[in-house]
Amino acid sequence: MKQINLQEIEEELYQEIGKVGIVLDSQVKKKLECSLENETSPLAKEILSDILLNGQVAEDLQKPLCQDTGVAVFFIEVGSDLCFLGSLQETIDSAVRRAYQDFYFRKSMVEDPIFQRRNTKNNLPAIIHWSYNSGDKLKISFAAKGGGSENMSRLKMLKPSDGVTGVKDFVLETVKLAKSNPCPPIIVGVGVGGNFETCALLAKKSLFRSLTDSHPQAQWANLEAELLQEINKTNIGPQGLGGNTTALSVKVEYLPCHIASLPVAVNIQCHSHRHFTLTF
Amino acid sequence: MEIHTPLTIDKCIALKAGDKIYLTGTIYTARDQAHKRIVEAITRGEEIPFPLQDNIIFYVGPTPAKPNEVIGSAGPTTSYRMDTYTPFLLDRGLKGMIGKGERSIQVIDSIIKNKAVYLVAIGGAGALLSSSIQDAEVIAYPDLGPEAVFKLKVEKFPCFVAIDTEGNNLFSD
Repeated sequence: MKQINLQEIEEELYQEIGKVGIVLDSQVKKKLECSLENETSPLAKEILSDILLNGQVAEDLQKPLCQDTGVAVFFIEVGSDLCFLGSLQETIDSAVRRAYQDFYFRKSMVEDPIFQRRNTKNNLPAIIHWSYNSGDKLKISFAAKGGGSENMSRLKMLKPSDGVTGVKDFVLETVKLAKSNPCPPIIVGVGVGGNFETCALLAKKSLFRSLTDSHPQAQWANLEAELLQEINKTNIGPQGLGGNTTALSVKVEYLPCHIASLPVAVNIQCHSHRHFTLTF
Repeated sequence: MEIHTPLTIDKCIALKAGDKIYLTGTIYTARDQAHKRIVEAITRGEEIPFPLQDNIIFYVGPTPAKPNEVIGSAGPTTSYRMDTYTPFLLDRGLKGMIGKGERSIQVIDSIIKNKAVYLVAIGGAGALLSSSIQDAEVIAYPDLGPEAVFKLKVEKFPCFVAIDTEGNNLFSD
């Protein structure tokens, strides 16, 4: 049994949550620089330059990249050979509460979604997805997910006969409906298969992959590449004002599903792609 | 081109979709819940936090200011969520909105009817945009936290004219 030091975890989470809210993700930065070179529209170029400049200003002033510092989303994998002297849930809550307070991040959670909509004032509750496996590792992945891009996400239960074309059409339709709203250039996370709830979860989880990788299976990697190409032909462009940089990357993940089903979910991520993974 | 507030009708008419402008003067913030409260207050015949006539609403919920700052990060939020309320406010003198993303047909029609403009700033550039804000003061609804109404003094705040008084729209090719 390996004992987990909850204090150390809280401290690392606290620091990392603060850092990703302020420092532009290095892979996003590289993708933006590359897009800037390939863009043909002068307005799109100007917007991409300003997004890069925003990253510089945020870092220089130690200010959040975006005023929407997001909902705190966690994926946690707990090994069976670990021993906790205390509550990991409380450790996570404390890290979120302290980081959002001390780094001057916006608290964006409301208690009741339709009646009072009263702000909880500490950005809690965090949204935590737990999974358990063998071994003595604890893996914590975090994303600060903004509301604007989350609002443009969709899920549909397709028919098995809709197949690859159905999936592609739904992803493209979702990006076209979202247009300028999720702050393009975006990152598109797609879940295919599973059931109603795991499909959505898979779409979100895919956004934790490296921006430069491709799916390890060729047919899925091809689907990612085709979707990226199609999305960048829509001329939505940065901020929806035209151009060939609508998405920086497309990630597709799949799960087995019922013989009657073909669920597909699209989770859209804005260019403030704030995430990290820590392993203890 | 630099534009000073108040945004009178003659200044609106001179703006064309696609123009890049730098806004200087006083503007007010309001997003989802503040819009709801303002519209409800007007409906009940109550006073509202700021006069609408010739003014501009910036759709933003900033991050909190650090002790040495005027304001935290302050970029636009998505505008369509305010579409339900916007024509009502435009009919009562509001002349401009700063946000991001497209607007409904009803908002576009109301913009044309009232000779107003819709401006967009770069979404996700909140740190950069905050450097054009010289002063910020909460003037209403402090219980809403980031959704409170702020009075902002801006200097050369960069934005683009997305929909002009004739309904020309930067978003539709």
